[in-house]
Amino acid sequence: MIGLASVWLLVANGRIAGVSGILHGLFAGPAGNTPGGRAGDRLWRAWFIAGLVVAGFAWHAFAGPASVRQGFGLGWVALAGLLVGFGTRMSGGCTSGHGVCGLGRLSLRSLVAVAIFMAAGMAAAFVVRHLLGLPS
Amino acid sequence: MIGHAAAFGAGLVFGIGLWISGMATPRKVLDFLDVTGGWDPSLALVMAGAVGVTLALFGRILKRPSPFFADRFALSLKRQVDTPLIVGATLFGIGWGIGGYCPGPALTALSNLSAEAFVFVGAMVAGGLAHRLAFD
Repeated sequence: MIGLASVWLLVANGRIAGVSGILHGLFAGPAGNTPGGRAGDRLWRAWFIAGLVVAGFAWHAFAGPASVRQGFGLGWVALAGLLVGFGTRMSGGCTSGHGVCGLGRLSLRSLVAVAIFMAAGMAAAFVVRHLLGLPS
Repeated sequence: MIGHAAAFGAGLVFGIGLWISGMATPRKVLDFLDVTGGWDPSLALVMAGAVGVTLALFGRILKRPSPFFADRFALSLKRQVDTPLIVGATLFGIGWGIGGYCPGPALTALSNLSAEAFVFVGAMVAGGLAHRLAFD
């Protein structure tokens, strides 16, 4: 379904279904963009993200509420969010943009990015779970 | 208008795919990234399945003169592997491994109405803005 949705966004809207790029284009577009100056470019992004959020509510209605982990500090969550936001804007993509779509386009940049963020993610998960022993 | 509906539909299907696959559950993502614990490799199959679909269809789509509801395809033209790609992917991977969220799952997890989803998404947007301030 993730692959099909990516194919659909490309053939319908001509856009890469890279969630970080879609999000940053909404809030942190290239400097010089006046807010609202490219409203048309922002609206499709807002609709895609609305679809993602509505999907969650629809899923919970069908499958019951998700079990939210307890005891994982919000400071760690905030640090993780900052790194993900900063890093994806710097490298121009995330799991969907570089992973699902970039690999589908046979992009060398994306292949390198995927190898790096997988390795960094595995290293960080090891540190957080086994060295720091955080509950997650 | 129809383009916005198409983008909403893509987000909806993408999001449902994230829930079905378990990508929207941070514990499952960390079980995948934590190769030294009881490793759960199932998300690798999810990724492979999604890439298989884009790999099979993106090339064919990009041979079309234009997408259905837009004037042209909007694609990154960058080709070379550069420092921002490497550093950004590293930072993103570390954040992913700490929190268990990448951008798409974090957005659809807003539907949990949990504090951690809102803190993560807020921090992710802030991280993108910080990168724009620092580098654009």
